[in-house]
Amino acid sequence: MTDKKRLTPEELVKYFKDEFKTKIKHAEIKKRTEGSKKKEFVNIWMKIDKSIFKDVIKHLCDYQFPHLAVVSGNDLGKTIELIYHFSVNFGTRLEEISLNIAVELPKSKPEIETICDFVPGALITEREKQEMLGVKIIDIPDSRRLFLPEDFPKDVYPWRKDKQPGLEKLIRNLHEVKK
Amino acid sequence: MTEQKKITKTTYQLPIGPIHPALKEPVMFEFEIDGERIVDVDVSLGHVHRAIEWTGMRRNPIQIIYLAERICGICSFVHPFAFVRAVENACEIEVPERADYLRVIHGELERICSHILWAGIAAHEIGFDSVLFLTWEMREKVLDLTEYLTGNRITKAIITVGGVRRDITKDQLPKIHETLNYFKDNFEKLRKIFLDDKTFKLRSQDCGILTYDDALKLCAVGPTTRASGVKKDVRVDQAYAAYGDLDIDYITPDVLTGEVNGDVYDRIIVRLLEVKQSIGLIEQAIAGMPSGDIVSEPKIPKLLNHIKKTAGEGIGRHEAPRGEVIHYVKFDGEHENPYTWKVRASTYNNILPWIPMLKGEQIADIPIVVASTDPCMSCTNRVAIVDQNKKYELDKEQLHKLSVEKTRRLMR
Repeated sequence: MTDKKRLTPEELVKYFKDEFKTKIKHAEIKKRTEGSKKKEFVNIWMKIDKSIFKDVIKHLCDYQFPHLAVVSGNDLGKTIELIYHFSVNFGTRLEEISLNIAVELPKSKPEIETICDFVPGALITEREKQEMLGVKIIDIPDSRRLFLPEDFPKDVYPWRKDKQPGLEKLIRNLHEVKK
Repeated sequence: MTEQKKITKTTYQLPIGPIHPALKEPVMFEFEIDGERIVDVDVSLGHVHRAIEWTGMRRNPIQIIYLAERICGICSFVHPFAFVRAVENACEIEVPERADYLRVIHGELERICSHILWAGIAAHEIGFDSVLFLTWEMREKVLDLTEYLTGNRITKAIITVGGVRRDITKDQLPKIHETLNYFKDNFEKLRKIFLDDKTFKLRSQDCGILTYDDALKLCAVGPTTRASGVKKDVRVDQAYAAYGDLDIDYITPDVLTGEVNGDVYDRIIVRLLEVKQSIGLIEQAIAGMPSGDIVSEPKIPKLLNHIKKTAGEGIGRHEAPRGEVIHYVKFDGEHENPYTWKVRASTYNNILPWIPMLKGEQIADIPIVVASTDPCMSCTNRVAIVDQNKKYELDKEQLHKLSVEKTRRLMR
């Protein structure tokens, strides 16, 4: 929680690229405006290599303690993509930057380290990713299920796009039960 | 002797919940109780998870707006708002300026409604039912105004991708000002009850404390985090909708009292001041509203076709009454339904902060501390105190009675 000079979106991307070079696979700054005065809000989308994931989070925390909104996930076929939606520079009028850090994991071994040691508030969303996408979070402080009930079948992950055996049985269509 | 010692040290397990099925995040608490003190808390979620995201991934964005509206009965504007912003960001859809201002007006009306509703519940939790009726009578005025402007009291169906669905015309303005003036006239009454009343202070000060560090580390959002002194409010942080044009600042309790304690009292201060802030924002928005279209693409098939052809991802964030909501969508460029839709409601981030808040408090404080974050579930249905062999059950009424009794004790 050090109070360093606040970086602009371009400087923030450079801050990561200087440290990790080509391991930052993709970085894009998206600016949009709304309202009459056309002031900007900024989204940074960054795709990073899995090997540097934990270092990126540490590097981010060195800059400023971020706010983690949520982790969302995509099933991209052969890989599972996790997107960590952070925001930094909040606390000053119109300076906030939404920083979305994506990391791809192979579906054969979808494992990633926990970030709870840096951001303790990540626990709830990490638990949700474990049960919904079947990602294994290494060293997670609490690996119980979050939303799914205890009797929900194992190895069925609702957000995966490939066929999930047993999932059909859990879906009840209202027109079938005549309600 | 050692045997005896063991017995006196036994703590009790006290489960509370699972709770109201109508909300997205029903919660069950398992408390570890030593006498009257809470030693430890565990929270489990998802008893009535409705798989709304899963359903949404099989619907088109226009259908999802109305599905998102039903995520929460109180936040029936903020979820569709965050969702359409995510779609607009992903597919680069422009929004007319007038629609940006209309969105602010509806968003702030919902905030007044939600905060006043919360104030009533907080009063009820500690046994001031006359205040509950007073606040809900006031809330009725906002609901009447909402019905007047949108045609419905709760599910407003006012927002759409690329704008809003109904305009506010000139002849509707007097009614808006009339309602806002009613609130201004009655604000002092509310302030006196909640902030000056001796018993209210006794129950809420130094109770359910969340420190600045905990609020930041546990990623708390909304009035919960602002009451702990963390300056975080999406409306101020980001220039979205018309908020970038309006005069708005962070509301933390030190604005009023000069200090930040992070207790229940501070959360009351933040919410009350935010009601006042919302009234000001609506007036500013009405005064500065430009004329023009209210939706950029009124033809829905054309809009859906554009979305279908666009591959992209986007997030939409909005400061709901309870704190930031964020929606993430991804489109694959082939289908009109989103490839991924992730919803994160505010209570999701305010669950972990409950643990430091509740530790060390008394059983009778559970209702007010839990309610102080304005969770997305309205009431604690059923409480069972389980002893090793015996099983006691405490229902919501009895738990409420305990809380009321504590208030009466303090009043003596």
